[in-house]
Amino acid sequence: MVFQQKHILGLKELTAEEINLILDTAESMKEVSQRDVKKVPALRGVTVVNLFFEPSTRTRSSFEIAEKRLSADVLNFTPTQSSVVKGETLLDTARNLEAMGATVIVIRHAMSGAPWLLARELESSIVNAGDGSHEHPSQALLDLFTVREVKKEIQGLKVVIVGDILHSRVARSNIWGFIKLGAEVRLVGPPTMMPQDVEKMDVKVYYNLEEALRGADVVIMLRIQMERQGSGLFPSLREYSRFYGLTRERLKLAKEDVMLMHPGPINRGVELSSEVADDVHSVILDQVTNGISVRMAMLYLVATGGGNA
Amino acid sequence: MRVLIKGGRVIDPSQEINQTANILIEDGKVKSFPKDIKKLEKESDLQVIDARGNIVSPGFIDLHVHLREPGFEHKETIRTGCEAAAAGGFTSVVCMPNTNPVNDNASVTEYILLKARTEGIVNVFPIGAITKGEKGEILAEIGEMWEAGCVGISDDGWPVMNSNLMRHAMEYVKAYGIPVISHAEDLNLSADGVMNEGFTSTILGLRGIPNASEEVMVSRDITLAELTGAHLHIAHVSTAGAVRLIRDANKRGVNVTAEATPHHFSLTDKVVLNYDTNAKVNPPIRGENDVEAIKEGLKDGTIDVIATDHAPHSEDEKKVEFDLAPFGISGLETALPLSLQLVKDGVLTLPELIKKLTVSPAKIIGIDRGTLKTGAIADVVIFDPDKSVKVDREKFRSKGKNTPFHGWELSGCVLHTIVGGKVVFSG
Repeated sequence: MVFQQKHILGLKELTAEEINLILDTAESMKEVSQRDVKKVPALRGVTVVNLFFEPSTRTRSSFEIAEKRLSADVLNFTPTQSSVVKGETLLDTARNLEAMGATVIVIRHAMSGAPWLLARELESSIVNAGDGSHEHPSQALLDLFTVREVKKEIQGLKVVIVGDILHSRVARSNIWGFIKLGAEVRLVGPPTMMPQDVEKMDVKVYYNLEEALRGADVVIMLRIQMERQGSGLFPSLREYSRFYGLTRERLKLAKEDVMLMHPGPINRGVELSSEVADDVHSVILDQVTNGISVRMAMLYLVATGGGNA
Repeated sequence: MRVLIKGGRVIDPSQEINQTANILIEDGKVKSFPKDIKKLEKESDLQVIDARGNIVSPGFIDLHVHLREPGFEHKETIRTGCEAAAAGGFTSVVCMPNTNPVNDNASVTEYILLKARTEGIVNVFPIGAITKGEKGEILAEIGEMWEAGCVGISDDGWPVMNSNLMRHAMEYVKAYGIPVISHAEDLNLSADGVMNEGFTSTILGLRGIPNASEEVMVSRDITLAELTGAHLHIAHVSTAGAVRLIRDANKRGVNVTAEATPHHFSLTDKVVLNYDTNAKVNPPIRGENDVEAIKEGLKDGTIDVIATDHAPHSEDEKKVEFDLAPFGISGLETALPLSLQLVKDGVLTLPELIKKLTVSPAKIIGIDRGTLKTGAIADVVIFDPDKSVKVDREKFRSKGKNTPFHGWELSGCVLHTIVGGKVVFSG
């Protein structure tokens, strides 16, 4: 199967087959990452720009390692310090990078839809590394990859996503991904953090964490943004943590072999109790490692179509 | 100079005329409806316009446009805005005060009217600000603006959030008999919203503006109109709830009128799914249910007027992240074909539609236009309602190419626009 998409803007735009192709390709890439010489020439001569408008050491480093393992030429561009300060538009910045020979642009931006603007106006392939509250495809794909590795099959799993769904791009991408691969998705959080009409995404909405956790195979905890305090969406971190924080006690309601995931970084004692945070640490590190393989697969497929794999 | 418009189907809702007739214009005024034109046609100094097979109606009046001058001439000028109006069949436009400086005093009003007289090819009627700088803090000098020629007041784009100040504005304008035009929006409920709140905003991860944001304010302003007896005009109605509130107020006899824009009855918020900033507008494009309610409101008369909320922006301003793009759609040059779709769909008859574009808006701002009565100023539009057109923003006279309708196949084409007896546009 050849990957037909020029861009990866979100999981909403991908079919189940395309998602599976990325995950399958990521498996081959993982094999590369286990070699002594962790490098293949797949993207030799291809210039990839990491255009990060939001500080994100983890995601950017992960993309950068992925690009280097594929032998791409890598340029990191963090416009916070340069052109944007001088008032250059996103489009002008990106056009400049394209003029320098970029053929793939990996973009992280605080505003939803920013990658769409580039995809519409530029020639390059655009990979969304997280845009506003919209999507974070590489995070969801690595979550799917990690779950598939452990559970073998996504179909039929009960997946619970807990926290601030309204502002979460990780949640949106994971909802699309898990639903498309046949899982049941449950969302939990205070009603103020549930986006309008989200049930239409074929998910179940809960306001009670215990109820949602019953029989869960996978629990994805979202990070609570500290700055949301005082926004009127919840009264205090203390109260949030009491009703929506994950404790060992609560986790017992899920299946015994439940997988606990977190996109990081964790707020200890807020969305996860400290003990659970320690328990979960190993899976989180697996997620980080898998992130490189998944991003290699995304870049490889977008740049080459993967036909000669 | 005399003009004879011959053989068109004349639709003038102000006189309930809907028949084939000739119209003779002399000295800029409607002179007569001559039956026998054989002799007349032979006379010199007569411009003859053959309108056979086409509709002849009073020139359209747009109660809601942004001409951007003074201050934002890169978006539009009075000259280009008037040219766009003429191309859309509008002979009069009512311009909102959110210019720079804001039209909040008589000298700005006079500047706009002077520019309009010297450069504008259609009639321009300014709206003055309710508060100084549209800041919602102290009343602007409404009396002097009225004296200078303002036909209503509004802080369009910015609601007056202070209810007591809005009450005073409504009371104060009663002395001048002009309407208070409400851009109904509760800014706290809108928060930093950029589109309609609903499933589409959820998918896109864009901050939503709930219907309640409009409805809370419509409700407040109706209550204040009831208290003060002022004439309240609700601009760009976008939600089903707002239509319902206005309908109920009408039943109670409250002096409230309302307008709807073509984009609010032609599109649903799905149009934003590809983050098209040309569909970013305030109030936002709403859901299907709201579109149906607006059509229902137009049909039963709850919504008196179709106005464009013509809001031109430069291309650079719109080619940015969705959150950063300014609100607004360039509407003057697509209004007629989009509105004619209402006739095709059986929502309105053609005379009902023309009424909402002519005599109804004229009545709201109290001007002697929108009619072809003998002796009236000859503002006329001649159009072919069936001719198919493809919307091409590159051909817009307006500087604002920001339309979500680019490439749409519609029908309805303006052939001639006549202002004060002078042909100012021929398509």
